[in-house]
Amino acid sequence: MKLSATTLTASLLVTVIAVLLIIPMMLQWERPPMDSTQWGSRGLGMEHIVNPRLAEKLKEKNVLPTPDDPVPNDGKLVKDDHENYKNVQVLGDLDTAQFNRLMGAITLWVAPQDGDNAGCAYCHNTDNMASDEKYTKVVARRMLQMTRTINSTYKTHVAETGVTCYTCHRGMPVPANIWFTNPGPKQAGGFAASRQGQNVAHEPIPAFAALPYDPLTPLLSKPGENIRIVATTALPEGTGGDVRKTETTYALMMHMSTALGVNCTFCHNTRAFSNWQQSRPQRVTAWHGIQMVRDLNANYLGSLANVFPPNRKGPDGDVAKLDCATCHQGVNKPLYGFSMAKSYPELSVPNP
Amino acid sequence: MAMLSFEKKYRVRGGTLIGGDLFDFWVGPFYVGFFGVLTAFFASIGTALIVYGAAIGGTWNLWQINIAPPDLSYGLALAPLKQGGLWQIITICATGAFVSWALREVEICRKLGIGLHVPVAFGFAIFAYVTLEIIRPFLLGAWGHGFPYGIISHLDWVSNVGYQYLHFHYNPAHMLAITLFFTCALALAMHGGLVLSATNPPKGEAVKTAEHENSFFRDHIGYSIGTLGIHRLGLFLALGAVFFSAVCIVISGPFWTRGWPEWWNWWLDLPIWSDPRG
Repeated sequence: MKLSATTLTASLLVTVIAVLLIIPMMLQWERPPMDSTQWGSRGLGMEHIVNPRLAEKLKEKNVLPTPDDPVPNDGKLVKDDHENYKNVQVLGDLDTAQFNRLMGAITLWVAPQDGDNAGCAYCHNTDNMASDEKYTKVVARRMLQMTRTINSTYKTHVAETGVTCYTCHRGMPVPANIWFTNPGPKQAGGFAASRQGQNVAHEPIPAFAALPYDPLTPLLSKPGENIRIVATTALPEGTGGDVRKTETTYALMMHMSTALGVNCTFCHNTRAFSNWQQSRPQRVTAWHGIQMVRDLNANYLGSLANVFPPNRKGPDGDVAKLDCATCHQGVNKPLYGFSMAKSYPELSVPNP
Repeated sequence: MAMLSFEKKYRVRGGTLIGGDLFDFWVGPFYVGFFGVLTAFFASIGTALIVYGAAIGGTWNLWQINIAPPDLSYGLALAPLKQGGLWQIITICATGAFVSWALREVEICRKLGIGLHVPVAFGFAIFAYVTLEIIRPFLLGAWGHGFPYGIISHLDWVSNVGYQYLHFHYNPAHMLAITLFFTCALALAMHGGLVLSATNPPKGEAVKTAEHENSFFRDHIGYSIGTLGIHRLGLFLALGAVFFSAVCIVISGPFWTRGWPEWWNWWLDLPIWSDPRG
């Protein structure tokens, strides 16, 4: 068979393009040996396969700072030392020594960087520590109340492990995993005016699927909305779910799975997603987590709507909110379950 | 089942792979052969063990009978009979029976002097089974990664294993396999329809020829693959479907541990795109 020059050139070009595409496609594969954990009875397929080499990298990202050594009390409460402490609205009941230890820790957890606007100065006017002129100080105060709420009223989710500022912040003033209402990419007009909130490439929230890219606004920003989509009756009754609602729920579940570094079978036996009797106990913890996140987003972060400056807000002008990844960061027990809150018991006192 | 007058002509000695004349005979219409005996041996032990497993399993409900592989903690070791050992022996019996059956097909092909297309095709099905129950568990380091023997229980396994990768429809090999399965059904339906249409002319007319069949598709879509070609295509589609089914499960776990949608980021991460958000 004789090939013309055009045919040859064309096939050469196709081959080159194919090779250029295949190389990045092949480079990302993983390889055995893998680690695996069994989550259900044998043969049920409820298990977790983890690449130990990726798990090692995740561990490096989730290193905990050593808690400061405990300090003896000064014997004086902050609220009684009007000379040195003014405008302390949340931590007034602390001994001054514990107060200063906590302030030092918070600085390391949230704004350890050097510079004019870091360290203490990230929140405080260092000439007048009592001043509320920096919005960050007002935010920090609300966040302290939030931390106390989490550790005291949401033990159903955080157990005795609790959280500290570091659980989310990890040495950064703004935690890496926060979210805003996502209006999606700008659309053309006419028939292309709406993409129904889905089919956007490279969206990490639905774990890079074409599912709705913002399941968080309807399902995690405020209490109330029903996530469950499976009918509770044998036959469908009334106007309950639809495909869009189902996919929004699916997208939220994808987010939860990737945020915790697990798969669907960590909580569910997928033969009957909605059935609590067949689910793992972790699903109960997750359910409380959902209630907690909704409460925190609506009542703590939401209450800061007039405090955050515009540059800290989302494209639709909403405040930064938290989701499962904010604390978990790819690990099913944040920071591998190590409790730093125990070293700072003042963070677990109920709010008055 | 009386033997047809010309059938004897094809019942020739030899062509066996091992054993020479051993078992080189027919029982009724069936060729026996060494591998026929081996198939019967493995199949009857395996079936008996399945019945035994059902007997100690707590239910005779056909849907719910379940013979599960060992816990992952047994790794690649043997497990006690009632803790997955039964599953291990049944898996050996099943593999032995399937392979023997394929080799019996080979012997028949050799007697007849025909190609080995049928046993090769059956080999693909065996390969898919072996991938699920032996190759993938071996790569993952525990027999417990195999699927259980049971009507409902193996479906539960499929569901849970699929959801370990969040959204299995994004598995590239699964995509290929599904496409090939559907195309296989399409090709078979068109082929079956075409042959029946040519052999069922209106009353009183003669049966039509292969050229009528070719003309139909030439008129219809400009091309006819031909009478031999359609069978090549059918075999290709079917074997491709089975092959990529095996690939799609063996890459899930041993070669990819995250959600399948994330796998496609290789395409999105190519350095040729501009950031849509600027």
